[in-house]
Amino acid sequence: MNILDMTAVELAAAIKERKVTVLEAVEAVLTQMEKSEETFNCYVTVDKEGALMQAGEVQRKIDAGELTGPLAGVPVAIKDNMCTEGMLTTCSSKILGNFVPTFSSEAVLNLQKAGAVILGKTNMDEFAMGSTTETSAFGVTKNPWNPEHVPGGSSGGSAAAVAAGECFYALGSDTGGSIRQPASFCGVVGMKPTYGRVSRYGLIAYGSSLDQIGPLCKDVTDCAAIMEVIASHDPKDSTSVEQDDTDFTTALVEDVQGMRIGIPKDYFGEGLEPEVKEAVLGAAKALEEKGAIVEEFDLSLVEYAIPTYYTIAAAEASSNLERFDGIKYGYRTSEYEGLHNMYKKSRSEGFGPEVKRRIMLGSFVLSSGYYDAYYLKALRVKALIKKAFDEAFAKYDVILGPVAPTTAPKLGQSLSDPIKMYLGDIYTISVNLAGLPGLSMPCGVDSKGLPIGLQLIGDCFQEKKLIQTAYTYEKIRGPFGRKEDRQ
Amino acid sequence: MANIISDETIEYVGILAKLELSGEEKEQAKKDMGSMLDYIDKLGELDTQGVEPMSHVFPVKNVFREDVVTNGNIREEILKNAPGEKDGMFVVPRTFE
Repeated sequence: MNILDMTAVELAAAIKERKVTVLEAVEAVLTQMEKSEETFNCYVTVDKEGALMQAGEVQRKIDAGELTGPLAGVPVAIKDNMCTEGMLTTCSSKILGNFVPTFSSEAVLNLQKAGAVILGKTNMDEFAMGSTTETSAFGVTKNPWNPEHVPGGSSGGSAAAVAAGECFYALGSDTGGSIRQPASFCGVVGMKPTYGRVSRYGLIAYGSSLDQIGPLCKDVTDCAAIMEVIASHDPKDSTSVEQDDTDFTTALVEDVQGMRIGIPKDYFGEGLEPEVKEAVLGAAKALEEKGAIVEEFDLSLVEYAIPTYYTIAAAEASSNLERFDGIKYGYRTSEYEGLHNMYKKSRSEGFGPEVKRRIMLGSFVLSSGYYDAYYLKALRVKALIKKAFDEAFAKYDVILGPVAPTTAPKLGQSLSDPIKMYLGDIYTISVNLAGLPGLSMPCGVDSKGLPIGLQLIGDCFQEKKLIQTAYTYEKIRGPFGRKEDRQ
Repeated sequence: MANIISDETIEYVGILAKLELSGEEKEQAKKDMGSMLDYIDKLGELDTQGVEPMSHVFPVKNVFREDVVTNGNIREEILKNAPGEKDGMFVVPRTFE
């Protein structure tokens, strides 16, 4: 079997059985990068030397029996908003264009403890604000299924790198769909865990009450294995949750007998492409045939999720991004008169248009006179949305729907109309508002040859139900995303 | 468009946001913010009387720890990324005469 065709778990097993060395695995992805990185631009930084060096160290630890986990020796890509000690971390922004962290994020440390080899940092929408990876200050990333199309965003580089064989799996972050939607557009598996599952320590914040780190990978087995490694209680993140149920791989069971699956009618209305609808409902039918109890229901409030989200996310962003002032790190303007002018000029030159748009909106909704009408109102609607999900999960184990209304749009079509772009987040965004786990996996290919994503949503801390359902569906669906399946 | 953003508002928000926008950027920002607020006004359709604002989805309380220093002197690391550094301190423009 070609190394690049292996999943992360398959590769680790092959390394353990001495069929493949860590160095061979690293060299295989580096060679693939040489072939395709120029076209796809998945990475902001590739640390070739560091990866080769880590390969030797990790191999020694595996040989010595110190590393025995299911991901030991597997090369991974990290979204460029997670701090990596000694490795450039830009958030795809000019303002952090020269930032080299002196510490690593907890999720990255957890991966390293499990024997991961860090390949580099993947491209993203600037500060994770966008749905296409086109707002990056370091060029657009292209979709490996068709380079005329976007990979989705904001974790577009991570999703594209997995799909292009430029890594075996990747970490992304999801504030409003930023793992699930690019996973869907690039035909890979992505999971946004329950809020608090994975430490946000070292993740450069966008919307702190919504942000969550999660995996992008080749299949559901990899997803469960990665989740086991990155989920942890971390005293350095005060919203991190104590948990003793992180044995996610025990949910890799092919069985949905009696699983109650709810299909929100509101997710299948206007705006949803017929081909996406058909593929997603096809997946539901397949699960029903395996014994799941599938039922339609009214989730309600769906159309209020986007305005709620953009109010809260922009408010939190305006506050979080205040730290970029040209003093402690990052970009400082060359000419200025006094302190305030330096702040303003550094920020205005350092941030791109979408980031400025959201900082402005956030500053406005938090300003005195508007705080109650906009920000507090949004927090009240958030409570209603959470309640709607609570009611749904009293009846269902899993909610099933599309990830996005369409497959990947063409490059250059999305940024001109922000509201239209924001509408593309309609099925993913409320999951973040309610803190729920969500999983995205491929369920078909449209007539343009682009992958279609299926979304499974669970109640808080019920990732295992998602993994079990996804694993069962994956078995029914069969292999997906192999090069020979494309076109 | 229901929400008309005035020049004064954009100036004021620019101060809050610590952003200096060009004339063209200001015009665009007025348009963008107006249309976003029109969209957000949709939330007004919902009766939220008596609903507590939810800042956190879980009943998270303050997380306390003992006030004990666990890291050593990391001044050098902290200053590593500073755009301006002198004698172990950040360099900033003169703030008062």
